[in-house]
Amino acid sequence: MVGMGLLGKQEKYVTARAAGLVACTRCTKAWPKGTEVCGRCGHTLVSRDKMSLQRVWALWIMGFLCYIPANLYPMLKTRTLFVVEESTIIGGAVELAHHGALGIAAIILFASVVIPLGKFWAIAFLAISVQKQSTVSYHQRLRLYEVVEYIGRWSMIDIFVVAILSSLVQLKALAAINPGPASFFFALSVIFTMLSAQAFDARMIWDIQAKQKEAPDYV
Amino acid sequence: MENRPDTLANTPLDELIVCPICDATYRLNRPKNGERAICQRCHHVLIAPRRKAGLQIIAVSTAVVILIIAATVFPFLQISAAGKHNAVSILDAALSFTDGWLIILSLVTAALIIFVPLLRMLLTIYVLVPVVMDRPPARHAMKAFRFSEALRPWSMAEIFALGCAVALVKIADLAQVEFGPAFWMFGVLVVLVVAQDSFMCKWSVWDSLENKKNT
Repeated sequence: MVGMGLLGKQEKYVTARAAGLVACTRCTKAWPKGTEVCGRCGHTLVSRDKMSLQRVWALWIMGFLCYIPANLYPMLKTRTLFVVEESTIIGGAVELAHHGALGIAAIILFASVVIPLGKFWAIAFLAISVQKQSTVSYHQRLRLYEVVEYIGRWSMIDIFVVAILSSLVQLKALAAINPGPASFFFALSVIFTMLSAQAFDARMIWDIQAKQKEAPDYV
Repeated sequence: MENRPDTLANTPLDELIVCPICDATYRLNRPKNGERAICQRCHHVLIAPRRKAGLQIIAVSTAVVILIIAATVFPFLQISAAGKHNAVSILDAALSFTDGWLIILSLVTAALIIFVPLLRMLLTIYVLVPVVMDRPPARHAMKAFRFSEALRPWSMAEIFALGCAVALVKIADLAQVEFGPAFWMFGVLVVLVVAQDSFMCKWSVWDSLENKKNT
């Protein structure tokens, strides 16, 4: 590893903004303050995205609104011989647990309830924490941001399971599985929360910390 | 990497690198192959060059393109219960949302599983082939690479693979499931996609695209 531990305390780091520069978050190149487009990769340059939090919250609300019908409407419609069953996300998991498949029920509950709710909480927490003083250290908040960015995509697994089941289990009169309207809202909810996490400007996590420690304000 | 106010002030912009996660600015200190440059403030990996990475990535990407096309066409899974059979391809699975307006979801899943991964691989090959052959960059190579990077989170082949595992467990006691050739192709494909991602040092690609353009 190059360059680890060359310098002392964490709050001593010079940020691009403090040095009168603006950095490209796509290709890491520095430009003089006021440059609008990165000359190397063409990415739009913003020192700190002031609209970032508004976009985060707007997309967060959209994601949350879609998550409600995703849980109320049926996710799967299962038809076996003469019986048609419609199951919601939680209902399906409870049913699996009744049949003794506790492991799968736990996976489904984790992927479609715990992870989405955790994501909503985490994005909201990060967005609030950059506006107020937070007792949680920036390293913990950065870890949270990385986890949200990484894990957000994996909620899509539910949609793929529904897709595989409903294309595969088409056995004419014997049995058939079809997707319910909840799948559409669930997919939308995942997409909106992914966009919400992407809209978050991670550089803001450090700004308040730097302000507290160094006093001068660079804005 | 050096981050000291006195040295940074006199450094030309070309010799600076800024962490995209925490905005810490460093004087560029190119790591050797196999070494990694890490932001000291947030521990984000800034540069991680590998020997012959370009050639490896092109080879892997080409293999993935072939596998995606093959895995989409060949049968993927086959189910049988009480004398009834049904075989599906990955494209069938992706396009299974057919009820009215759910069809939009079909297009989205097909894009996430097949078309976005395919497009990313093609863009990577397009950008890297001239770089590896020491030619000037291809037309709009920068734009192509930027687009490919923007698509990164939307390429979900590996998530689909795990989805298969969950779906198979769910119907294991309902019916007999057989794996088609596409199933194994897709398994290999997922490993290659993950490998391709870990070989790629984005900074090195930007750097070589820029320097080739100037000379």
